[in-house]
Amino acid sequence: MGEAEWQAVRLSVLVAFWATVLSLPLGIWVAHLLARGRFYGRGLLNGVVHLPLILPPVVTGYLLLLAFGRKGPVGALLDQWFGVVLAFRWTGAVLAAAVMAFPLMVRAIRLAIEAVDPKLEQAAATLGASRLIVFVTVTLPLILPGIIAGAVLAFAKAMGEFGATITFVANIPGQTQTLPSAIYAFLQVPDGEGAALRLVLVSVAVAMGALAISEVLARRVQARVAGRGDA
Amino acid sequence: MLEVALRHRFGAFTLDASFSAPAGVTVLFGRSGSGKTSVVNAVAGLLRPDAGRIAVDGRLVLDTAQGLDVPVHRRGIGYVFQEARLFPHMTVAQNLRYGGWVRRRRVDPGAVVEMLGIGPLLERRPAALSGGERQRVAIGRALLAEPKALLMDEPLAALDEARKADILPYIERLRDAAMPILYVTHSVTEMARLATTVVVLEGGRVLRAGPAGDVLSDPQAVPVMGLREAGAVIAARVAAHEADGLTRLDSVAGPLWLPRVEAAVGAVLRVRIAAQDVILSRSRPEGLSALNVLGGVVSAVRTGEGPGALVRIDLGGEFLLARVTRRSAAALGLEAGVSVHAVVKSVAVAQGDIGFG
Repeated sequence: MGEAEWQAVRLSVLVAFWATVLSLPLGIWVAHLLARGRFYGRGLLNGVVHLPLILPPVVTGYLLLLAFGRKGPVGALLDQWFGVVLAFRWTGAVLAAAVMAFPLMVRAIRLAIEAVDPKLEQAAATLGASRLIVFVTVTLPLILPGIIAGAVLAFAKAMGEFGATITFVANIPGQTQTLPSAIYAFLQVPDGEGAALRLVLVSVAVAMGALAISEVLARRVQARVAGRGDA
Repeated sequence: MLEVALRHRFGAFTLDASFSAPAGVTVLFGRSGSGKTSVVNAVAGLLRPDAGRIAVDGRLVLDTAQGLDVPVHRRGIGYVFQEARLFPHMTVAQNLRYGGWVRRRRVDPGAVVEMLGIGPLLERRPAALSGGERQRVAIGRALLAEPKALLMDEPLAALDEARKADILPYIERLRDAAMPILYVTHSVTEMARLATTVVVLEGGRVLRAGPAGDVLSDPQAVPVMGLREAGAVIAARVAAHEADGLTRLDSVAGPLWLPRVEAAVGAVLRVRIAAQDVILSRSRPEGLSALNVLGGVVSAVRTGEGPGALVRIDLGGEFLLARVTRRSAAALGLEAGVSVHAVVKSVAVAQGDIGFG
């Protein structure tokens, strides 16, 4: 593989890694709210979280550009206060990938939380554990495989995100040209097909690997909650 | 002492109960749907009643009048659930240490582990335990959180008869602690074995409450317990194990011979005598195969709708309950103040009806 191809793979891994790591705490919190919360507007939150899954990615990208672009309400604030610019930077690719991968992450974690018997959490409370301690000592260990599965899925989705990314941060080689953008670019030039095909193989390998890992982990969360696991 | 006063409405059902549970085992008895579990959940803080006041050893944990509602984890009230609810991702030892660990207290599990006989299980995971073992670990886990009161919601209901018989002695041992225990059951056998105080709930209200000996021998409480299940509990001390396989016990009303009881001489036992196994006679019976004849005075007679009558007999501080026909009650002239002899067949008392006092 040529330098341009490696650059795209490296950037994609970097973007997907930060998108996953940074959105994970929020993902766990939102999944917990959706699984256990009893509050007004829960349905609305659920809808907002799932929106990127349903909207055309180009629409999501454009909405991000409106909000987080230099002139956008959030983007302007970030620029003035922190000197952070997202539009047309690799950091913007992280944001786009995180938003697009968020529904998948939340879904996996939410399913794991719903599989935990709330009676165990009640029992922990009667033993003197506050809600935070109950979450950390009972809920979190039981859903850990679910969290890992959600993170793996989110990573794979972030690796492959195209529509929102190209709309929000364009396709600048070495800057914002992730793996799918590079495939798209190679297909636009003569003799680019070989390079495109190699990147396609990398994409397929990443997707398959992520799915396999998340399957295995999903089965382990079941075993663990049922008390059969040795983990 | 645990003091409870609650009012809560669920749809058409209204719970309106108040009682106090002194040290020892207070059995909250009632049919399913009588509100027992709601009461213990409210005491634990898992259910917030519409109105109520709950105090443990004088410390208020709930007082809706002044807007006080101490959260579950700060109430210091232990809870043993019907299903053990052990943490599946922890070993038995980790489950036992949990209560001390989350409160950053050093707790030595040694004595509790020994009392419950769970030493060999410490390294196992809950999934590898039998139902009875799990429940013993759950009891240990609750005790090691050093609660000021303990709630037990039908802890034996999910177990078979043999396992129940295994665990009852462990619960009997808890009765000696100064801590009040609120024990929910719909089993008359368990109530008779364990209760020092009885609170009978019906339709969300307290029907009867008081010392176990009084309530169990109260003819008015019989309809809730069921005619076949009704029976009083008397205390008796093991006097001797005799050569022919019988054990002699001394009660307030004289000796009682029962099939061999596995208890040391001198031990004080609680013997439940079912009302339907008692025969009454005005004169001391002669030439009878039944060995146990207890003398007493009729303190109350209750006739119901059917052909039966319930007779409460004062043995001299303790009470016996007898179920006879109305015809016999009339023929013998049974009424308060009349002296009678109660006849009980030795073999009528089952091993499960004998508990440690």
